[in-house]
Amino acid sequence: MTIAVASPTSSTTARFSPRWLSDRLGGFVLHVVVIGLTVAWMVPTIGLLITSFRLPADISNSGWWTALSPPFKFTFDNYSQMLSASNLGQSLFNSFMISIPATVIPVALAAFAAYAFAWMKFPGRDWIFLALVGLLAVPLQLTFIPVTTELVKLGLTPEKLTAAGLPPFIPLWLAHAGYGLPFSIYLLSNFFRALPSDLFESAEIDGAGTLTVFFRIVLPLSVPAIASLVIFQFLWVWNDLLVALIYVGGVASVAPVTVTLVNLVGSYGQNYQLLTAAAFFSMIVPLVVFLSLQRYFVRGILAGSVKG
Amino acid sequence: MDFNVLLTDLPTLVVVIIGVPLVLAAYIVGGEYLVRRLPDKARPAVRPWIWVAPALVLVAGFLVAPAIATLIQSTEDRHGVFIGFQNFATQLAGFPTGGAWIAIRNNLFWLIFYTLFVLAFGLLLAVLFDRVPYEKVVKSLIFMPMAISSVALVVIWKFMYAYQPPGQPQTGTLNFIFNTVFHQDPRTWIQDETPLLGLFPLNDMALIGTAVWGIVGFSLVILSAALKGIPGDLLEAARVDGAGEITIFRRVIFPLMMPTVVVVGTTLVIFALKAFDVVYAMTNGNYHTDVLANRMYQLLYNSNDFGGASAVAVILLLTVIPVLIFNLRQFRAVEARR
Repeated sequence: MTIAVASPTSSTTARFSPRWLSDRLGGFVLHVVVIGLTVAWMVPTIGLLITSFRLPADISNSGWWTALSPPFKFTFDNYSQMLSASNLGQSLFNSFMISIPATVIPVALAAFAAYAFAWMKFPGRDWIFLALVGLLAVPLQLTFIPVTTELVKLGLTPEKLTAAGLPPFIPLWLAHAGYGLPFSIYLLSNFFRALPSDLFESAEIDGAGTLTVFFRIVLPLSVPAIASLVIFQFLWVWNDLLVALIYVGGVASVAPVTVTLVNLVGSYGQNYQLLTAAAFFSMIVPLVVFLSLQRYFVRGILAGSVKG
Repeated sequence: MDFNVLLTDLPTLVVVIIGVPLVLAAYIVGGEYLVRRLPDKARPAVRPWIWVAPALVLVAGFLVAPAIATLIQSTEDRHGVFIGFQNFATQLAGFPTGGAWIAIRNNLFWLIFYTLFVLAFGLLLAVLFDRVPYEKVVKSLIFMPMAISSVALVVIWKFMYAYQPPGQPQTGTLNFIFNTVFHQDPRTWIQDETPLLGLFPLNDMALIGTAVWGIVGFSLVILSAALKGIPGDLLEAARVDGAGEITIFRRVIFPLMMPTVVVVGTTLVIFALKAFDVVYAMTNGNYHTDVLANRMYQLLYNSNDFGGASAVAVILLLTVIPVLIFNLRQFRAVEARR
C-alpha cells in the first residue's frame, strides 16, 4: 500500500458547499446568479464599447442601450476623429518606447540580483533583502520631489535628452526600474531559491561557470516566473499614470497613452464620442496582452502580490 | 495626429528593443570576465556585488536616497531653511476641514470601504464561481478590468455616472436604472456630497466603487486559489463528525482562508492609502474627494509648495508604516519556517 501525500491543490472532491447556500442556489438559480453577476460586471465595459461606435447626436440624447434595438446606426467616425484630434498615435508609440525597456531593464537586473540573493553568500545579504521587502510598501510619492529636482539639475529632462540625440525616456525607464525592482527581486529570488540545489552542485562539478549556470540552468527553469513578471511589469508600466505625469507630465510629444487620455478627459469632459473611442483605443494593447498571456499574469499575481 | 510617426520612429524603437537587452547582457558577461581575472580567493567576495550592484544602485538612487531627502525637505521652507514641524502643522491645521484633513478623512474611507468591498466581493464570487463548470470563463471576465489603466476605468465609470437633468432621457446607466426602476430623481454621482448613512459622502463612494470594480478580479483570483487549496478530505471528515455547513465555514474554511485574506487585505490597504489615478482623473480632488496622494501632487505642481508636498508624502508614509512592519514580520516568520 502506498501512502499518497495529498498536495493541497490536487483534491477537487467534496467542495465546500454550505447547505443553506445549496438549498437557495441549487442548480438553475446558481447559474442565474453567477451569469447575472458576470453580465452586470461587464455592463460598464459593454456600454463604453457600444457608445464608441454611436453617432455623437445619439450619444447625448439617449442611453447606449437604445442602440441595441433597430434601427442600427453605428459608425467608425469617432475613432478616426479621435485619432486626428488627439496625440494618441504618437502616444501609443511612446507607450511602447516607455514600456518595453522599462520592463526589460528591471526584469533583467532583478534576475541578476535574485540569482545572487538566492545562491551566493555575501555580507549583509539577509539585511539587504529585508530592506527590499520593507521598500515594497513605501509610497512612491516620497521619492518624486528630490528625483525630479535632481534630474533637472543633471539636465536629464525630455527636451535636453532629445536635443542630445538620446531617447527622452531614459529617466522614466530607470525610474520604473528602480520602483519595480524590489518586487521583481522578491518574486524571482523566491523562485530561484526553490530550484533544487543538486542542479547547481552537479553543474559545478562539471566545471560550469557562474554565467553558464545562470543562462543555461536558472533562466530556462524559471521561464514561468519570468514570464509572469514580464507581463506584470509591462502592464504596470503601460497603465501607469502617476510616474509618467511626474517625469514627462507637461510634454505632449513624450506622453504615454494614459497621460494623453487623462488630458482628453480634462479637455473633452462631456465629449463622450471622443472619450469613449480614446478609452477603448487605450485598452487594446493591455487587453491583447492579458487575453493571450492570462495564465502567466494570474500566476504572477498568485506568486506574490505585494507590489505597491 | 496620424500613424506616420510609427513608421518614421520605428528604427528608434528597434534600436531600443535590441540595444537595451544587449547592454544588459554585455554588463553581466563583462562583469564575469573581470571577476575571472581576479585571484582565486578574491572572486567569491567580489562576484555577488557584480550581480546585485545595478539593481541596488537603481533602488538606492530612485527609492532610498530620495525618500530620505524628502524626509529632510519636509522640515524645511522654500529656501531650504530648517523650520521644524511647521509644514506638518500647516497640513494638520484646521481640523476637521482645513489643511490635509479632508484628504486624510477620504483616505480613511478608502481604507475601510475599498478593502472591505474588494474582499467581500472577491470572497462571494470565489465561493459562487467554484460551483459552476464554466468557472474559468466568468473568472477571466471579472478579472479583465485588472488589465486596463485606471484612466480608462474612469472614462468607463464617468459614463456610467453621467447625469442629465430630471425629465430628460438619462444617458448614464446608473441614473437610467435609478429613474426607471426606482423612480428616483437622477443624481450627480461624482459631485453629490450627500452623506450615506449620515456619514459617507455619495461621491466618495462613487469613486471608491470605480476602483473596486477594477480590482475585484485580483482578490477573486487569489481567494479562489486559496479556496481550492482547502483539502476536500478535511471537509469530508468534518461532515462525518456531524458538523453543519455553517460550522464548517466558521471552524474550517475561514481559519484556513484567513492567512490569504490577510495577505490580500494588506495589499489592498496599501492600494487604498496610495489611491491616486481614479481621484485625479475623475474629480481632481474637487467636491471634497481629495486624497493624500492627489493632494501631494497638487501641492507639488500647482502650488510649487515643496515643503508642504513633502510633508504630505511623509504623512502618507506614516500611514503605511503599520503595514510595512506587518509585512516584515510576516516575511521573517515565513523565513523562520524555511
